[in-house]
Amino acid sequence: MKEIKVLGTGCANCRTTIALIEQVAQANGVAVALQKVEELRDIMGYGVMSTPGVVIDGKVVHAGGVPSRDKIEQWLAAA
Amino acid sequence: MSALVAPLRRWPGQQPFLFLLLAAAAWFGLYQTLMPASEALVAALPVERDSHFGGALQFFFYDTPKVLLLLTGIVFVMGMINSYFTPERTRAMLAGRTEGVANVMAASLGIVTPFCSCSAVPLFIGFVQAGVPLGVTFSFLISAPMVNEVALTLLFAMFGWKVAFLYLGLGLSVAIVSGWVIGRLKMEAYLEDWVRNMPHTAAAVREDRLSLGERLDAGFASVREIVGKVWPYILGGIAIGAGIHGFVPADFMASFMGKDVWWAVPLAVVIGVPMYTNAAGVIPIVQALLAKGAALGTVLAFMMSVIALSLPEMIILRKVLKIRLIATFVGVVATGILIVGYVFNAVL
Repeated sequence: MKEIKVLGTGCANCRTTIALIEQVAQANGVAVALQKVEELRDIMGYGVMSTPGVVIDGKVVHAGGVPSRDKIEQWLAAA
Repeated sequence: MSALVAPLRRWPGQQPFLFLLLAAAAWFGLYQTLMPASEALVAALPVERDSHFGGALQFFFYDTPKVLLLLTGIVFVMGMINSYFTPERTRAMLAGRTEGVANVMAASLGIVTPFCSCSAVPLFIGFVQAGVPLGVTFSFLISAPMVNEVALTLLFAMFGWKVAFLYLGLGLSVAIVSGWVIGRLKMEAYLEDWVRNMPHTAAAVREDRLSLGERLDAGFASVREIVGKVWPYILGGIAIGAGIHGFVPADFMASFMGKDVWWAVPLAVVIGVPMYTNAAGVIPIVQALLAKGAALGTVLAFMMSVIALSLPEMIILRKVLKIRLIATFVGVVATGILIVGYVFNAVL
């Protein structure tokens, strides 16, 4: 089970990112635990400056903008 | 069908140079045919070319594709350029510098660094945390939304390169000088406590080397995102312009937004603050005001105020800044915009 966190203060792009990850995970049959991180202090704790950011198992893999579908598939495939 | 489309969609990434070359050629070709095409289109319609309506139609048919073509081209190129200037890299370039030169750098980097108003606050904290001086951070934050490719392209396409360059120069000046003044005022104490107490982190650069193909993707993505969002505003702006173009302009704005009305500039700035929209959203209004005889300086001041000073942004900034710093920020930037408006009206 992958722990995925989406960092963002609740802008439209952050919601799109969450929806997209959910979609890709479902399509590929990967079990994920998705979590939203909206508190500014926590976001800054990851050292991310441009939202939305994506954290997988404690590591920042993406920041700034909605990630592409291909990218998400790569993250989910890497075990 | 999808078997046919999939390789077509992938080939720009595989042969990026070829794609860029072909795309540029196609773009210029299209641009050259706009004028004859719009004339032909009007000629094919049952309207008199020399009538007001015919003139308005021709203007609309010419300007709409022209503006959209320019915008698509520039947003695409800027999307690729943006991929070289991640906020992390910009921050690393600014960290630890002294003010002055750094204000100029920050304002200039504000043009090319991708920026979305929803990440203004994380950016702000990230910069301060990495040791970028407060005034320099403000130079960046003022310039990034105000001086951007969409505003400049639209100004260029609708009002010519002189207006676009003036906007660029003055926008940068406001950002540089305002940031410098805020830095001189030594307002660090008016950051919210939790921001000041955050541990300073070194400004690390997230190194991801992108291939040219991936930068192309970044270009496509920004076209989808930006052009997809702003085209209705542009259509609105051009429709207003066309309406005025064909039918004789009335000077009814001149009486209260003209050059010799001294209070027009402050009024324009004050009206601009509660309005919140992006560069594309103000263009129709700008178009209408200018055509109705409002002075250029007044209108540019209005445009800057709408984009750079907005109530919602201040509410978000309140999470990290104390009231006094926000008030200073607004005061300094508004003063800068006022000066721009007056100087413009006096010179032109």
